[in-house]
Amino acid sequence: MSLPIYATFGQRVWYYTFRVICALIFIFLITPILVVLPLSFNAEDFFTFTPEMLRFDPEGYSLKHYRDFWNNNEWQRSFKNSLIIAPIATVISVSLGTLAAIGLSQSHVPFRRAIMAILISPMIVPLIISATGMFFFYSQVGNFLEGTLGMNKNFVGYVKVVLAHAVLGIPFVIITVTATLVGFDRSLTRAAANMGADPVTTFFKVQMPLILPGVISGGLFAFITSFDEVVVVLFVGSASQKTLPWQMFTGLREQISPTILAVATILVVISICLLTTVELLRRRSERLRGIRPS
Amino acid sequence: MSDTADTGPVLAADGTPLKRSLAKALRVQKIRALLLIAPLLIFVLISFIVPIISMLSRSVENDIVQNTLPETVPLLAAWDASSGELPGEDVYDALARDMVIAVNAKQHTKLATRLNYEQTGIASMFRKSGRTIKKWDPVADAPFKEKFLELHDGWGDIETWKTIQTHSGAITNGYFLNAIDMQKTPDGIQAQPENKQILIKLFIRTLIMSLVIMGSCILLGYPVAWILANLPAAKANLLMILVLLPFWTSLLVRTSAWKVMLQQQGVINDVLVWIGLVDDANRLIIINNQFGTIVAMTHILLPFMILPMYSVMQTINPTYVRAAKSLGATDWTSFWRVYFPQSIPGIGAGSILVFILAIGYYITPEIVGGTKGVFISNRIAYHISSSLNWGLAAALGTILLVVVLILYWAYDKIVGIDNVKLG
Repeated sequence: MSLPIYATFGQRVWYYTFRVICALIFIFLITPILVVLPLSFNAEDFFTFTPEMLRFDPEGYSLKHYRDFWNNNEWQRSFKNSLIIAPIATVISVSLGTLAAIGLSQSHVPFRRAIMAILISPMIVPLIISATGMFFFYSQVGNFLEGTLGMNKNFVGYVKVVLAHAVLGIPFVIITVTATLVGFDRSLTRAAANMGADPVTTFFKVQMPLILPGVISGGLFAFITSFDEVVVVLFVGSASQKTLPWQMFTGLREQISPTILAVATILVVISICLLTTVELLRRRSERLRGIRPS
Repeated sequence: MSDTADTGPVLAADGTPLKRSLAKALRVQKIRALLLIAPLLIFVLISFIVPIISMLSRSVENDIVQNTLPETVPLLAAWDASSGELPGEDVYDALARDMVIAVNAKQHTKLATRLNYEQTGIASMFRKSGRTIKKWDPVADAPFKEKFLELHDGWGDIETWKTIQTHSGAITNGYFLNAIDMQKTPDGIQAQPENKQILIKLFIRTLIMSLVIMGSCILLGYPVAWILANLPAAKANLLMILVLLPFWTSLLVRTSAWKVMLQQQGVINDVLVWIGLVDDANRLIIINNQFGTIVAMTHILLPFMILPMYSVMQTINPTYVRAAKSLGATDWTSFWRVYFPQSIPGIGAGSILVFILAIGYYITPEIVGGTKGVFISNRIAYHISSSLNWGLAAALGTILLVVVLILYWAYDKIVGIDNVKLG
């Protein structure tokens, strides 16, 4: 959309004004993230740029907030909890979700719309309502597991949070995997069956490699959902299941410490990695399905 | 030979009629599909749908009065509240029997909390009486009317009895009435006193702020989506990163970034003071109010507006606009009459999505909203975790959920839930 050579003065003015407006909106989108990064290296306990930082004086910068993150037990424990809970929840939602997505994309599924609506609902229902519903449900489940089956209290706590997070991740897996399956050529499975492969072999050797990009990006969505989730874990979990977002939330509400900015920077780096992975997978999936990558 | 083939039904290879054989194959296919879906469906139903329904049913549930005072409630039902006289001796006797059991099972405090929502002061009366009632013998110590009246003046107050009578039904609409600033009193349904009317205001505020957020997302999202859809692919992909990075960044990171930026000693105020637009003494107050919530949530929800708009705008054929221009339309007319109508589905999809997400938001208003910028979700959380008025929380939640489900239904009609695109 470059400016044609015969453009009038007014058109030229509008063309550049429009670009400036767009640039400002892009700045609005990215500034909050860019502001956090340098501030996390602040040598003082302030949330704003000190004069030393603005002069690019090395004295004004330090890694002390990162050191605090690595040495502080509270932060370390919550980081570890996040790293335990999110992957397990992801595995559950990906395995069940992929199976269901394959079932949903068969040609004859009774009540397809209703089933789809139910499976997508965890994404639609406001989190606070999901959280309160799960709060009552999982306290009963927890009492049953602890009281009747005599399980360890800490273990039961993790089970509750993992299951709750798995449900929240399911819609993302369903959406991405069914989207990948739309372009899946059914004659490939028929060909495999024709050549003597049983359904399990067909699934793992033919179907799975082709839909894998969709499955992985669904999994990443499920992972980030769990990794970033506060409301449900606040209600369902107990103090020993405190996750990183929970710790950040209490930090922001009560005693705001600059360590939060160091954590935020680490999370931004993680999300850049995830974004890159998803983008690469999307291109690979389009290539496999014969769509020219855009 | 050919005659037999014409008259009889068409047969499959194994000799069964083809129609039956096809139906069987179809049935097998359906069962296989359902079997694949079943584990997940059962998991979601049990651990998500049923808990939410049972939570919402708390908004009408009211069996605590009946369960704690099983003998008193039927007797009290016969009492005429308008007579101006206290209930008879039999009611007090029944109450004593019920209360002795309840106090021993420690159930009377729950009942007291429930009745205290309706009439302040009942809770302390129950708790004080409980200590004495514990020592009573339900048979030997009768009659009880005098004893109750000695124990606490409240037992001789007709209002107390009216309250118990009004709220003794197994199902109540009281919580829903509370949720819309009304109350159920012995004299019928009335408006809450002026100083307690906050929930309708909060609902309206939630709606208005969600609309403002949606509107600002449309205003900011439309130009960005347009430029992304019309730039050459290489440049567009590069700019797309600027949209996707915030989308993938943790919600708490973005919220804390806004908290840091909007503070009175924060980055925005510092910059404004440095430029000289704002005096150092009168730094702007842009956090812990509605403005803070709107800015932060617009930023957080903007990608959800841009992405659907972008995917619709990509499919708009640029030759239409060119054709309009070659027929003599000005830039504005060709945009407004030709391009814009084709992009409306994207605006609709993005708007509903942003509105659904905004109306139920909790974290961001809690952190940057102060007291003026909070949403109905924050009130629900308050009633669940602090005031423990779960019935009211459930009623508020039901109203919120109904609104969201209507919007979801509209979204499904307009866009189709299968067409949601991520990333």
